[in-house]
Amino acid sequence: MDSREKIKAAIQEGYGQRVTFRDGSAKNELYIILKDKYLSNLPEICSNLSKTFKAFFVTLIPNDEREINGKFWVYYVFSIPKEDLFLILSVPVDPRQREIPSISTVIDAAAWFEREMKEWYGIVAFPNVRNHATHPDWPEDIYPMLKDFDASGFVPRVKGAFDFRKVEGEGVFEIPVGPVHAGIIEPGHFRFTVAGEPIINLDIKLFYTHKGTEKIAEGTTPGRTVFLAERISGDSSFAHALAFCHAVERLSGIEISKRALVIRTLLLELERLYNHIGDTGALLLDVGFASGAQWAFRLKERMLQLNEVLTGSRLIRGMAAIGGVRRPIEDTVHKHEMLHQTISDVSKEYERLADLVMSTASVLDRFETTGKLKLKNAARLGMVGFAARASGVNRDLRRDHPHCAYPYLKLNVPVHSEGDVLARFNIRGEEVRESFKLIAQLHHQHVNEEIMTAIDPIPPSSQALGYVEGWRGEIVHWVMTDKEGNIYRWKITDPSFHNWRALKVAVMNNIVPDFPVINKSFNLSYSGNDR
Amino acid sequence: MLKIIKQSFSARVVTNSFPAVVAEPPDGFRGKPVIDFARCTSVDKCAAVCPTDAIRVRNSQDDPSIPANDKELSISYGDCIFCGECAAACPESISITKEFFLATAKKESLTLRGRYRSGPDGDRFVEMMDPPPAASNETEKLGSELIERIRKIFGRSLNIREVDAGSCNGCEFEISALNNAIYDIERFGIHFVASPRHADMLLVTGPVTRNMENALKQTYEATPGPKLVVAVGACAIGGGIFGKSYASCGGADTVVPVDVFIPGCPPRPEALLQGILLAIKKMESKMTAEPRMDG
Repeated sequence: MDSREKIKAAIQEGYGQRVTFRDGSAKNELYIILKDKYLSNLPEICSNLSKTFKAFFVTLIPNDEREINGKFWVYYVFSIPKEDLFLILSVPVDPRQREIPSISTVIDAAAWFEREMKEWYGIVAFPNVRNHATHPDWPEDIYPMLKDFDASGFVPRVKGAFDFRKVEGEGVFEIPVGPVHAGIIEPGHFRFTVAGEPIINLDIKLFYTHKGTEKIAEGTTPGRTVFLAERISGDSSFAHALAFCHAVERLSGIEISKRALVIRTLLLELERLYNHIGDTGALLLDVGFASGAQWAFRLKERMLQLNEVLTGSRLIRGMAAIGGVRRPIEDTVHKHEMLHQTISDVSKEYERLADLVMSTASVLDRFETTGKLKLKNAARLGMVGFAARASGVNRDLRRDHPHCAYPYLKLNVPVHSEGDVLARFNIRGEEVRESFKLIAQLHHQHVNEEIMTAIDPIPPSSQALGYVEGWRGEIVHWVMTDKEGNIYRWKITDPSFHNWRALKVAVMNNIVPDFPVINKSFNLSYSGNDR
Repeated sequence: MLKIIKQSFSARVVTNSFPAVVAEPPDGFRGKPVIDFARCTSVDKCAAVCPTDAIRVRNSQDDPSIPANDKELSISYGDCIFCGECAAACPESISITKEFFLATAKKESLTLRGRYRSGPDGDRFVEMMDPPPAASNETEKLGSELIERIRKIFGRSLNIREVDAGSCNGCEFEISALNNAIYDIERFGIHFVASPRHADMLLVTGPVTRNMENALKQTYEATPGPKLVVAVGACAIGGGIFGKSYASCGGADTVVPVDVFIPGCPPRPEALLQGILLAIKKMESKMTAEPRMDG
């Protein structure tokens, strides 16, 4: 009996009559359907999945399926890295009584997902909480993700005020920052409570850049949605678009050409490189080391120019396509040489820059022990990506749920345990070195194959997950098609949605002037979170 | 310390020579798509694949001014995201050029419209609806004193406040590239400031989400006159791929008056430089609108 069957048998043994199983369109997805009557068992089942199988909570997908089967459904996605398996616990919700037990008490990582579900679908898991995904001027009983809500309609504003946690005491002050921030950066509101310099509480208000991305894709073609996916988070254009393409390809069950896999992997690593190198510069800028920062920005500019030569777009837009990639990238001698030369030059210069930083005491002094985040908290919050790995969470989808060409490549996943800004700085450097090594393994492969495998038509009424390890962390999409093969539901989970909560914990007891560098060390996406 | 000095000397000057010398974008770069309106015989082909409806086909039901049997094919460079799908769908009549200097003060000049008559053999081109863009000597008519005044007020030093009104962050990426050693916007006397109260110009990105509408308005009101507003990218011009919805206002000019529009998704740093220098009349242009001098 293989491991998937073993897991199925164990769940069957534990919950017998309460669940049924269904295989997903994609090979590594198993749907566990909970019967209506046993809704109250939900927290216990999730807790067991998490403890017994060491399953990692990935995302929570509410869906309005009233026009299909008369109910709402909520899908709880868990990942079992050792078996490369995704368990999708599917829970039905009665439309007349939109309540569901909360799993946040056993899996803290689900908290923000449940809050968003309440405001966008009206399905209550977590009663009596402050608004999270909507602002106070949004009417309480309007749920934008319901099928009968018209996305093009204007919603009037109501009176309301932000409700921030108040901390009182002598010498305690509140510092509001944003949404318009002092630099060239996305909008969000931070409410600090400080006693002198040390921060004793931080409340974060997001969703200023909410554009209704998931909603406006409904009813449109998957082809158009690829372009929408590129604009979820500008610095992860390729990774998000690729995750979406993966979802559509997995629900179609097609294999794409090795050449396309190689190109996709190369582009994913190029995206990882320009972001990590850029962040190196931004972190140095935030501690006042201007010459090092400008050096890093010069290297980042070279990477962006390389992107433009290879793909026609500095941010690698217009490349991901359902079934492959839109354009070849190694079709001229000039492109080959530019890739080889740039990688060679930048990798050497990056080493010299890292060497300079490590020998500059003033920088190390600012980085060390600042913004410490322990493994216990990182694991509890369900953090993902390099920021999680800097605190000791050993998870990377390139290794744990291999995709693209990663199954064929030699990959090392660096993990640190200090969880401070220095750890998050160092891990970026190590991932940069890994990326250079991966790119070296990818040159000149399968050049005679096609770059596109057509999927015509896109299967109707199907669903699947699509995931990649983007440069920040794991990006997980879920797509369900309608009867025409257009988008019925699209759930986007950006790594920042998990990681924003970590910021509140990491800044505690640090001084206010260290906030910019702590924030930058996580480099969370506002637009990826808000969509 | 010695290492830093050594590095500073060994790195050569990397700043480019914009605007005296403009480096051509690489082959494969997707700039402005050009439609050969006269050659087109099937107007729906490109409109069907355009992800943002930058290219659209309208008939008399959409716009009563269009005669009953006619169709109107229009392309709006403000809404274009430069994906190249239109040229892929119709290589006979559409070509992707490397042109990316598209900034303008007149939003209408970003849209080209052609009329077609439908028949059994497809669509037949009738005429273009808009006059060709004004030639640069038109600016002389508006008064060189005004231009000189603008140059005097803003030309020596310009302070910019960047406002992200809900963008995906792509435009911010390219805007922050202006501060690197290659584009070095400070050599033009332009720098980014931390507060709208210190600013002469607002650089707005994003479609203006519902949740940023108020913040954008307040930032605009906090900026003392004379002031300029520049809309960066497809989202800030017309909502981009997000358009107008419950969550998005559909462009910066639905909330604040805009002086210059810079198409792109995102616009390249050199296109941003052109747009900003255009706004302060440091560059030759097709510009005919005046910036506001009120407070």
